[in-house]
Amino acid sequence: MSFTPTKETYSGKVYPVTIGTGDKAVTFGGENVLTFHSFEGETPNRPVIAYEIQDVPPTDWPDSVKKPFEGVSDDPVKWAKFCQDELKAAVIALRLIGTHPDKEDRSPADASKTVSDLLAAIDVPLIILGSNHAEKDSQVLVAVAEAAKDKNCVIGKAQEANYKTIAAAAMANNHKLIAMSELDINLSKQLNILITQMGFEKERLITDPMCSALGYGLEYTYSVMERIRLAALLQQDATMQPPMLGDIGMYVWKVKETHAPEADQPQWGSTEERGIAWEATTATSLLIAGAELLIMRHPKAVEALEKVIEELI
Amino acid sequence: MALSGVEIFKLLPKTNCKKCGHPTCLAFAMKLAQRQASLDSCPDVSEEAKQKLGEASAPPVRPITFGAGDKAVKMGEETVLFRHDKKFVNPCAFALEIKDTLSSEEISELAGQVVGSEIDRVGQKLRIDAIALTNSSGDAGKFESAAKLVAEKAPEVPVILCAENPGAAEAAVKIFAGKRPVIYGANSSNVDAMAEIAKANKAVLGVTANGLEELSTLTEKIKSLGVEDMVIDSGARKAKDIIEQNTLIRRAAIKKGFKPLGYPVINFVQREDSLHETLMAVIGVAKYASITVLSSIEKWKNLALFALRQNIYTDPQVPMQVEQKIYNIGEPGPDAPLFITTNFSLTYFIVSGEIENSRVASRLAIMDCEGLSVLTAWAAGKFTASKIAQFISESGVEKEISHKELIIPGYVAILSGSVEDKLSGWKITIGPREANAIPTFLKTRTA
Ligand code: SF4
Repeated sequence: MSFTPTKETYSGKVYPVTIGTGDKAVTFGGENVLTFHSFEGETPNRPVIAYEIQDVPPTDWPDSVKKPFEGVSDDPVKWAKFCQDELKAAVIALRLIGTHPDKEDRSPADASKTVSDLLAAIDVPLIILGSNHAEKDSQVLVAVAEAAKDKNCVIGKAQEANYKTIAAAAMANNHKLIAMSELDINLSKQLNILITQMGFEKERLITDPMCSALGYGLEYTYSVMERIRLAALLQQDATMQPPMLGDIGMYVWKVKETHAPEADQPQWGSTEERGIAWEATTATSLLIAGAELLIMRHPKAVEALEKVIEELI
Repeated sequence: MALSGVEIFKLLPKTNCKKCGHPTCLAFAMKLAQRQASLDSCPDVSEEAKQKLGEASAPPVRPITFGAGDKAVKMGEETVLFRHDKKFVNPCAFALEIKDTLSSEEISELAGQVVGSEIDRVGQKLRIDAIALTNSSGDAGKFESAAKLVAEKAPEVPVILCAENPGAAEAAVKIFAGKRPVIYGANSSNVDAMAEIAKANKAVLGVTANGLEELSTLTEKIKSLGVEDMVIDSGARKAKDIIEQNTLIRRAAIKKGFKPLGYPVINFVQREDSLHETLMAVIGVAKYASITVLSSIEKWKNLALFALRQNIYTDPQVPMQVEQKIYNIGEPGPDAPLFITTNFSLTYFIVSGEIENSRVASRLAIMDCEGLSVLTAWAAGKFTASKIAQFISESGVEKEISHKELIIPGYVAILSGSVEDKLSGWKITIGPREANAIPTFLKTRTA
């Protein structure tokens, strides 16, 4: 019996999405095969990692991921410049967590100012995320989308409860949009349909099927991503063809394994290395499942991901 | 190669005698094709048909066990390419490489690390499963003494003996008589001698080649020499090649029933940088490796890899559930808050994690709702006022606490009145809708 490799030819393709402007613009997606299957098709763009920063100091981040940003994280502009200039970030993801009513309840005007200041200071593409409070986000994201007009940012996240206002604002100001639903391929599909029915082009969407951390439901995100990607490639389902986001850092750095001191959990080993490994492991598995855009926190985890991506392409 | 129902039908007696419990031979053939019946049920089937069907009905990836006793490692038996289709069967084993060029102290130390690697996680015992002893010295005597030391320091741990030189392999394999080691490896230049040794010592044979063409030829040859239990290595070492080769192997076995590649896969992912190596192992676990060989096993690394393996190998069809009971978070005193939610494990993990983050010791009542999340369970009539009331009164929690206040999830705020009616003397407080608001909720309560 002689061996002949079983290669797949897929009829569908993931949309390539470009964000940012000028020389620093980046493109991800665009493949017509499962991720890293360059042996049977085209994988024109490498996955992109964005560094996460916040509009307010990261008081609730564990020490090991606060430390690398000591001295800059008190000011979003300093923080972003540090990521861009020192860490060579390809993209910055600003999370406007300070606008959450339970945090500092910052106003849409405050958020817009932060965004304008950032855009003046950096030239890499910017992802602008709300605080995940559906009502507040629909005010904040509308204001910041306007403040960032024509900068080709990514605005997120539009969810079932607030997609209309956010998608309209992203559309009016020429941005890309993250559509997030909770761990269910049908919900993702439905939300993408609702958004495109408003006249938002599907080529400008990014699907976020919701991240989960290693050990805390990662397999749900993993399988939803695999299923979305197979639907895009095999069934040519256009509503499932936008690239996917893994919003890693936020989910990973709150689980116990990323901050429990070694003194409390001697069998778990070094807290710092454990946290970094937790973030990098979560991120790598979601890359394999199909994510093209990752939002991460720890510079060492990002560095490890870049190294593994280098080996994968 | 898997046969269709009609192909199987052609091999059956076609008498429709019904002894198999099916109305016709064709009906039985259809069941066989779907692997829902066993050929043994037909008493009249010919020897020729048995042989043909036996080959066709063997699992696409051969089940193989190495090591012996409680710690033996099961591999193979996989039936799908994607975990959402069906549960991945036998979790990828992790092996620590120990080189025979190390000193006895170093070898003992590493063997000790493997023995001590076991931890408990979500009710499962997880460990580094095997030792891959490598003949880096090229010297048979050195390999043999290192093997003796490993056998002494880690007597229960399954071993993979990595040597290209048949003399070295033979010397070492004798030390593990009855313990079913893996001998890695047979390659195109030593295949006859290695097959002989594996056969004589009842060992599993690791086979390595340069690409899948050569690998298929080698496994066929080894099979004809009388060794059927193999683990295979395509020679891929770079991440990109590992994904490609492992995927092509799994596809060939499952989609084409291609027997020469229907064996468990071993990947060598050693890297200078331990974090990079961890991520290489992640790729192995996710993409079809049955064994990944590592060069170091720090505790943080093991924990991350164990958790990943657990995640990838859980059954996608069974909703994940935790046991119904009152969980203590921290060391709650009698006046500590009492929360209730459903037993969907993700809900439990997230809620208990957030309570933990808030550093307010609490009790968390987890109610059996068949693994559904709060809203779904409520909609399905499983998280209702009367069921909550019954669970709380029967749990006996009342005796442990000095208050009678129950915090319910914000999503079921609508239930608060009726729970209060059914649990006399209790005060029902509406908690946050999302778990991430729990720390603020607890802070404002105590303030
Ligand atoms: S027992 Fe065999 S011969 Fe009889 S009906 Fe079943 S398959 Fe046909």
